[in-house]
Amino acid sequence: MNIKKLLPQLLTLLVVILVFGFFSYNAQINMENRGITFGYGFLSQESSFDVQFSLIEYDGSHSYFRAYLVGLLNTILVSVIGIIFATIIGVVVGIARLSNNYLINKTAAVYVEFFRNIPLLLQIFFWYFAALRALPLPQDTEPMFGVFFLTIKGFFVPAFVWNNLDIFIYSIIAAIISIIFVRIYAKKKQEKEGIQTPVFSISIGLLLILPILSFLFGGVDASVEIPVIKQLSQSGFTYEGGIKLPPELISLALALSLYTATFIAECVRAGVQGVSKGQKEAAASIGLTPNQVLKLVVMPQALRIIIPPTTNQYLNLTKNSSLAAAIAYPDLVLVFAGTALMQTGRAIEIVSITMLTYLSLSISISIFMNWYNKKIAIKEK
Amino acid sequence: MNKLNFLQPDKNNLYTYLYTGVILVALSIFIVFLNSFFNKDIVSFLPGPISFFLPLILGFTGLHLIRIDYSGLRFLDSINKNINTNNFNAFLSLLIVFIVIKSLPPLLSWFILDANIAGDSKDVCTGSGACWTYIKIWFNRFMYGMYPNPEQWRINLSFIALAFLGCVGFFATEKFKKYLTLYYVVVYPLIAFFFIFFFISGGPIFFDFSYGIIAAVISIILGFFIPSKFKMYYFIIVPITLYILLKYVFFYEELIELGKLEALEWVETGAWGGLSLTFIVSFFCLIFCFPIGLFLSLGRRSDFPIIKYISIGMIEFWRGVPLITVLFMSSVMFPMFLPEDMFIDKLVRVIIAISLFEAAYVAEVIRGGLQALPRGQYDAAKSLGMGYWKMHILVILPQALKLVIPGIANTFLALVKDTPLIFVVGLLEIVGMLNLAKTNPEWLGFAMEGYVFASVLFFIICYAMSKYSYNLEQKYKTER
Repeated sequence: MNIKKLLPQLLTLLVVILVFGFFSYNAQINMENRGITFGYGFLSQESSFDVQFSLIEYDGSHSYFRAYLVGLLNTILVSVIGIIFATIIGVVVGIARLSNNYLINKTAAVYVEFFRNIPLLLQIFFWYFAALRALPLPQDTEPMFGVFFLTIKGFFVPAFVWNNLDIFIYSIIAAIISIIFVRIYAKKKQEKEGIQTPVFSISIGLLLILPILSFLFGGVDASVEIPVIKQLSQSGFTYEGGIKLPPELISLALALSLYTATFIAECVRAGVQGVSKGQKEAAASIGLTPNQVLKLVVMPQALRIIIPPTTNQYLNLTKNSSLAAAIAYPDLVLVFAGTALMQTGRAIEIVSITMLTYLSLSISISIFMNWYNKKIAIKEK
Repeated sequence: MNKLNFLQPDKNNLYTYLYTGVILVALSIFIVFLNSFFNKDIVSFLPGPISFFLPLILGFTGLHLIRIDYSGLRFLDSINKNINTNNFNAFLSLLIVFIVIKSLPPLLSWFILDANIAGDSKDVCTGSGACWTYIKIWFNRFMYGMYPNPEQWRINLSFIALAFLGCVGFFATEKFKKYLTLYYVVVYPLIAFFFIFFFISGGPIFFDFSYGIIAAVISIILGFFIPSKFKMYYFIIVPITLYILLKYVFFYEELIELGKLEALEWVETGAWGGLSLTFIVSFFCLIFCFPIGLFLSLGRRSDFPIIKYISIGMIEFWRGVPLITVLFMSSVMFPMFLPEDMFIDKLVRVIIAISLFEAAYVAEVIRGGLQALPRGQYDAAKSLGMGYWKMHILVILPQALKLVIPGIANTFLALVKDTPLIFVVGLLEIVGMLNLAKTNPEWLGFAMEGYVFASVLFFIICYAMSKYSYNLEQKYKTER
């Protein structure tokens, strides 16, 4: 290794080290001046603040770590809801974009152009401060299908009350495992004898039958709890029972899924268009039915193009869910980097934990994506 | 062919089918039209569900009847080909047409017919439509934030001047074309920075700037008489000398005098806001993030392991965290990293944070372009004896950047759409101003108008940008 190669590297390293050294030196002095000692011990202290909406049991007497978990779970909740709806809308719009029907095509195009050219934050504000504020008060609400109540205070849906929920879950897990076995068996059989097994209908059957069996014999029992209106004060009403989805969650999930769906739609469109026409024609010429062409030739190739950018969009959605802080949905950023930071004043520790959480999430997904890309890449000779 | 041919026209009864079909479709659209525009339900004598679905059934039957492979009528053929290829398509087309007709009257009445724009207080907004008076009264604030009203000409003037300077490229003669890149990458950002720093921010420091302008103007005029051989040296040396002479020799006394006068009122960055702040932030981040991203992408593909891993670390770090936490970091954590007496302005911190954040995305986009180039290009450049920098500047980057125009444009669009997030540090650009105006007790209840207004603005800006990038892409497209 000669000096010409070594010098620029050493210089860069020196600059980076100097910058980091400068920062950490200042941080140390500043913390000394303010009487803070660096450390993560505060995580086990009592947090003494409340969170509006939480999936796990939480109040002020729990620790800061518990508050962190509450925020993380809320982030995951809104991300999962957003991902599900964004995928559904995105796939539908993406296919509509490919339609040869002029009206459908243009409607989808207008939707995509409109929603992806408006800042997400503006959309969240729009849904939260403008659209959902126009909803009726709890006492004036007309129920949808008799059981759903969409009010200004949130969306009230019926909840299931389960007996022996664990057996039900086991039955579903058993169904999934048996489906996997059936698929393996069907594949082997096809390779050996060339006979196809109707895997899809068998899977659906298994998914239906096993849980039903658990109802009949496993002692599983589910009843529905419908929200009932309740008077709090002279003019204050609310619903009791069932599940309450706060308006923050609704507007956030709505904005996230509508915004991300536009990008997923473009991914889907690019993917399907990326499969060359010759492939379809070749598949048809060897006698595959249109369904088989779609299932065996077009989809595998299109998915190879669609999935990587779509995963990226899922990741973006998860990161964008941190905009929740703007409308006070208690996600990781608001609960931890907001309230907890204000209370403890430990800027470095808390911001670093928050960033690390998001960082590990996205790095793990990108590692998974790299592995997946390698796995599905076309093996060229 | 023994396919069931139910209600399909054939040669003999073609016109019967056509007329019936057209009449049915027209009737269905007419019913919906009457219902939505004049609120008259002419089929109300039928039971509820039937009258609700009647237009759909009529239109569907009509479209089914007029579906003919080839009729010779241009209009009919184009309808059949575009919206009426099969039953499912016909159904969806009808649904879309009906929804559009249904939603037009409420939208029209909200936007225009029942909206108010006259007057200058909340009381005039009595109609059920939008209250554009609110936007009219607050327009100044939405554009300029808390920037003092009598000083707003400074922002306008700066933006107009910058827009003109930005258009220089269109008027450049062939001779100057080769300097355009230099102009846009180095000179123009510098001018913009000076404009914003000295002119919009104001203060006595402004006079420094005016000396600069005088020096530049004089040297440009004199420049015409200099032989082109020496022009380069001339333009490096003369303006700087002139500036120093003007400032420290000729007008030194006046400078001190004028400094006391404070001719331009100083406006702190906290008062900046509105759409102009959106422009300022996105403009600077755009300028800074591109070169940083370029170097990061080159670093990531470098042969030097240390540089490579530092670049990878930088890119993956910024890409892995949400922008809002980066802004949190810049506002609460970053001051801890600075010496106690050192203070960096909020706006500058935000611009640095967003630039670094977007630079990572730009870097990945450019890396895609670099990877897409065939190895032969590198080998050919090396075989001509080019070094690393020469190879990249002359051969690799022009091709790679051409390839990634859409990606870079998307990143820049994302940047513009991310600027509203600076509310985290308390800077109020247009969305932030909207939220502030919404809570004003005199103007409660007009959130919808504000958000619609801002959405339209952003849509216009971003849509124009994406169309422009599309044009650019087409312009620089080369067959390979």
